[in-house]
Amino acid sequence: MAERSSAHQQSAPAASSIDGKLAANKRKEQIKRAIRGYLFILPALLFYVMFELWPIIQTVWYSFYNWNGIDASTWVGFGNYIRVFTDSELFSSIGHAFYLIIFFSIIPVGLGLIIAALIKDVKSQMGKGFAQVCLFLPRVIPGAAAAVAWTWMLADNGTVNQMLKAVHLGGFAHTWLGDQSTALNAVGVIGCWLQLGFCIVLLLSGIGAIDQSLYEAASLDGAGWWRQLFAITIPGLRGQISVCFTMTIVAALASFDVVFMSTQGGPGTSTMVPGVQVYRLAFQQSRVGLASALAVVLMVMVLLVVGPLQRLIEGKKEA
Amino acid sequence: MKKPLSVRAAGNIVLVVMILFSILPFFSMFSAAIQPQGSMPEGIQFTAHPHWENFVDAWNMANILPLLKSSTILVLVVVPTVVFCSALGGYALAQLRIPGRGIIYAIFLIGLTIPFETLVTPLYYEMDGLGLLNTRWALILPLIGLNLSFGIVWMRSHFEQMPRDLMEAASIDGAGDFRTFIHIQLPLSLPALSSLAILTFLSTWNQFLLAVVLINDPLKRTMAGALQSFVGTYQTDVVLLNAGALLIMAPTMILFIVLQRYFIRAMLAGSVKG
Repeated sequence: MAERSSAHQQSAPAASSIDGKLAANKRKEQIKRAIRGYLFILPALLFYVMFELWPIIQTVWYSFYNWNGIDASTWVGFGNYIRVFTDSELFSSIGHAFYLIIFFSIIPVGLGLIIAALIKDVKSQMGKGFAQVCLFLPRVIPGAAAAVAWTWMLADNGTVNQMLKAVHLGGFAHTWLGDQSTALNAVGVIGCWLQLGFCIVLLLSGIGAIDQSLYEAASLDGAGWWRQLFAITIPGLRGQISVCFTMTIVAALASFDVVFMSTQGGPGTSTMVPGVQVYRLAFQQSRVGLASALAVVLMVMVLLVVGPLQRLIEGKKEA
Repeated sequence: MKKPLSVRAAGNIVLVVMILFSILPFFSMFSAAIQPQGSMPEGIQFTAHPHWENFVDAWNMANILPLLKSSTILVLVVVPTVVFCSALGGYALAQLRIPGRGIIYAIFLIGLTIPFETLVTPLYYEMDGLGLLNTRWALILPLIGLNLSFGIVWMRSHFEQMPRDLMEAASIDGAGDFRTFIHIQLPLSLPALSSLAILTFLSTWNQFLLAVVLINDPLKRTMAGALQSFVGTYQTDVVLLNAGALLIMAPTMILFIVLQRYFIRAMLAGSVKG
């Protein structure tokens, strides 16, 4: 849109420029304008290039070297990448990140859809407003604080076990984060708590924009609640659903705060994720090259997931 | 149009359950935080004699006051810089017809989804090289750079929607680009600017990874980053740990509740555009 309109505006004066001198003046004016334009963007570009773009390039660069951060580095080609995909500990951390997508992404979006569709008919505006604030709280506090809260919830004598005992399921009580077999799922529950409320509110805001007469027509045709969910609500929310998926999948793949504060990747390596692994390799074991290779793999994973989803959103906008 | 009773009832029940689920962890922390110090609290329990003084002790032990000051300094430098640079840059990309604006925009887009873990190692050595490691600048400068990719995308899309005539009318009046920008465009952009400020505030205040890596001294970190050292020190004392963690969370929660309308609007719009 913008491209077309600006091209149109430029061609009009170009056609009328008969007088050479006038054209030269015009050109000078244009260059001046362009320089002024660049001055506007310069501060942002400087900060951005120095502290985001350059570090990205550097990470890629580091990833081809063996370097302990102090001494001279040696070129190892793709050695670090081969290591990432063959070392069972490193590779399993990538597996964990994908596993967490179930909890960070699939459950919150799926459950969020059902819950949002149920809540949309609640009449009480005050109730809805209060709910919105509560549902947003997990997203407002730092992820690290959420991890502290849930470490206590899931502790031996924490609230989760207390509730299990209250309904006579004490036999299922667990040291959720301290047991190899449950730790990753427990971390997943924290992630689910972080994402669910926000997904619900975002989906609700989309439902508000769906034409209500569609629902009325569907009920007249005898379509039940589930039928309406799949035939009207979900197609109408395609944009919001892709946004939810994008955000939550990125949060799952690049998780750091929650895992670092709740389990540090343990017990053993049962909850190790690429984010925490990068930190450990780079800053505790001084294997900067290997850490960088893993970081690049992580970045590529995120881009591979976000790219197609983003296309879905764009497609929606044009339709 | 009446909905079946069962659906309406289910809606209300689900709403209540979701509210409880969202605030349960806070409630559980609070319950533990008011138990006697040194005791071993059990889940959520009723206390006839809440020990409010725990919060005073945790306030001192977690160094809340210096932390508040430190986080506020970070926010006061990062947020205005990001908002101003984004507004300038977004305006240039949307309204001033500079050559190569498509490429510049694409460069900023790249940064939108890059995980911070990818950048933190080179940033560490970059800050070390600049001699800024363990100073507040080590956090301020990267946070400005990292928030700008969203800021630029956000402000550009805002200025794209502004009518061109406005600028042309102003330039006929003889106002320069910069004056048009300051006196006409900025005042009309307050909603977009305030949303950007809120989002930048949240991402700065809650920043954890960069704070932990780039600044050793917890008192110079963000509130979130300081949590790490606090938890490390008081891991075994459940009561004080929860009291302190609640205090560390409190400022954002209070600000959110006071400005909830603006926060919710900004976060919803921000996620859709980002």
